[in-house]
Amino acid sequence: MKKVMMGNEAVARGAWEAGLHVATAYPGTPSSEILESISKYPEIYSEWCTNEKVALEVATGASFAGARALVAMKHVGLNVAADPLFSLSYIGATGGIVIVTADDPSMHSSQNEQDNRHYARAAKIPVLEPSDSEEARRFMKIALQMSEEFDTPVLLRLTTRISHTRTVVNTEERKEIPIKKYEKDFKKRVILPMNARTLHYKVEERTKKLREFANNFKENKIEMKSKDIGIITDSISYQYVKEVFPLASVLKIAMPWPFPYKLAREFASSVSRLLCIEENDPFIEGYIRQLGIEVEGKDKVPMVLELNPDRVARSFGVDYGDPVEVKVDDLPPRPPSLCPGCPHTGFFYIANKLKLIVTGDIGCYTLGALPPLNAIDTCVEMGASITNAHGIQLALRAEGNEDIKKVVGVIGDSTFFHSGITGLINTYYNGGIGTVVILDNRTTAMTGHQGHPGIGRTLMGTPGRKIDIPKFIKGIGIEHVYTVEPYDIERIEEVLKREIARDDISVVIVKGPCVLISEFERKAYFYVDEDKCNGCKLCLGVGCPAISMEGDYSRIDKYLCTGCSLCARVCPFDAIVQKEDK
Amino acid sequence: MNTVSIVVCGVGGQGVLTASDIISIIALKGGYDVKKSEVHGMSQRGGSVISEVRFGDKVYSPLITDGMADYILSFEKLEALRNLTRLKKGGAVISNDYEIKPASVLMGKFDYPLDIIERIKSTGVELTLVDGVGLALEAGNIRTVNTVLLAALARKLSFEKELWIKSTLERVPKKTHEVNRKAFELGYNL
Repeated sequence: MKKVMMGNEAVARGAWEAGLHVATAYPGTPSSEILESISKYPEIYSEWCTNEKVALEVATGASFAGARALVAMKHVGLNVAADPLFSLSYIGATGGIVIVTADDPSMHSSQNEQDNRHYARAAKIPVLEPSDSEEARRFMKIALQMSEEFDTPVLLRLTTRISHTRTVVNTEERKEIPIKKYEKDFKKRVILPMNARTLHYKVEERTKKLREFANNFKENKIEMKSKDIGIITDSISYQYVKEVFPLASVLKIAMPWPFPYKLAREFASSVSRLLCIEENDPFIEGYIRQLGIEVEGKDKVPMVLELNPDRVARSFGVDYGDPVEVKVDDLPPRPPSLCPGCPHTGFFYIANKLKLIVTGDIGCYTLGALPPLNAIDTCVEMGASITNAHGIQLALRAEGNEDIKKVVGVIGDSTFFHSGITGLINTYYNGGIGTVVILDNRTTAMTGHQGHPGIGRTLMGTPGRKIDIPKFIKGIGIEHVYTVEPYDIERIEEVLKREIARDDISVVIVKGPCVLISEFERKAYFYVDEDKCNGCKLCLGVGCPAISMEGDYSRIDKYLCTGCSLCARVCPFDAIVQKEDK
Repeated sequence: MNTVSIVVCGVGGQGVLTASDIISIIALKGGYDVKKSEVHGMSQRGGSVISEVRFGDKVYSPLITDGMADYILSFEKLEALRNLTRLKKGGAVISNDYEIKPASVLMGKFDYPLDIIERIKSTGVELTLVDGVGLALEAGNIRTVNTVLLAALARKLSFEKELWIKSTLERVPKKTHEVNRKAFELGYNL
């Protein structure tokens, strides 16, 4: 049946059709919809894990016991899961196991544009790259088959434009695959050095077989047209190549590692001019050059940011598109911002006011770094807020700097469970001081409101066990744990001042639901009483998208206002008033 | 058929993705190959949002870059101008006559441009400016703005009007079917 499906939905469909049994993930753009889609198929057990390492380990266990398993994550998630990945490469698969990585060229919602094809080479596991949703569905099935046939985990690499593009898919029905019987296998699954040495020989043998397979793999395909120009390409770049160079011959690489040398040499020798067009790193190009073949590639095609038809055309001086001429480079930018009524805003307002040194983390709340809040000093990766804060304090303590009492680590609830806990334990164990603020908005907001261990609801909709964050932290041994309301900034200020002054470790939890989830209760809107407003613009300091200056007075958009009261609390003239009735 | 390329744009939360979804489903029902790009994650939080829909006998690139678009359907005026270079000469713009000030304007760092309409018109493209809010209120519910705008686009494309209405109603709550039908008529008969 023909359907329009997002790449991520198509991966889920393919997995279901291939008889998948277990699926795990930690949400992360652009990968999150894979597990959300899988959770709609009752034949597959699926769960949100606390982080990507955990997710891969759970899927590995399922594979050990003979089930077909999938684990999905965004590109940087694979860094977290890299440890089990490299071991799993040696151990191999019992039930088929596929790791789906969704890379994010252009960093639409990420901190870097790492190219995860490199992980395939580094971990010595095959990688498949679909170029649309139909291929995403089919390649998922091929990947599970390959995994079992070659006794290897398989990497399925998507990018944002594959994950989040809807294209036509021809769906098929599910084929049930029986779960293999569990058998103890010491030499395979216990990678003590004595076993690992044998296993590494097996990996190298496997790579030889996979390389032979790659040369004959029918998805690595040559589309011969003009012999004047031949283009080697992969993933979404294939679509741009077909768009911009309709007459060129194309070698479409579906499996860039192990690289199909023989096929590439054959293609290169049949065309007079050879181009290589791929996003980010010169991964394929490197292999072509290894063969001693001249190729036009990253000397022309940009390494930074995603490709598109325009960038591909301009790289080779091709005219493409006939745009209207108009000046648009002077327009006001519209970057993302925290929502009106966001429960994170109050803390950032106070952090900025107190001039704290704030180490940040990954989530919507990273936007607290932007003006007018300007409240975050650092953001590195998931979980780094608590550990970075500890490190900054060590340096400041060494030089006797008074600012040591201004360092605060800030982390979201889901990120805390992902990788904040180990850092907090580290600070506690090593006698660190300082305040950690957990912004608990009762969800994993930025990736689309997935559950986590603090919510008590599983991906499959069943009630889960719920972790009480303050109780948990007190259980570690931390004495000073306080929970505050997100809009009560007087109280947030009072508690923060008290806690940062302390010669001990403390945790402040700012707890209130994200405005985009059903738990949030919208209240009557606020408006500006122009008789009292003197145009001081202090209310603009909260950075609420609903507030603007209109002439001499500030104005609140009543449709955007959620009634959170933050602006009214910062107004020194009581000029911001709540409407009586909704 | 040659590929038809439509840029749907607006501000996060306005319903850009739902609108482009409806267009892509209609194109599939019309028997075409179709591709549609979306943005998720951080870029959705109140920032500029773009979704691109392309349909025809065979579609390759899901992205629509400069000079490729036949139509721009914008839910906000400034976003129509921001994406205007994607339009090919002879293309058409359908824009909601509605302003949402970006943070850079709210904070007084930029002025919201006053010459948006003039700039669009100066390129010689066809511009349909739709009083989305006014017509939605006339239909009976401010939330039908998107239906009004979709209908204004529907008028320019070759698919059956009933197919548009049916596909739109499938995406809205049942109790709003009547107002949405009315909103569609108002947008279609501009």
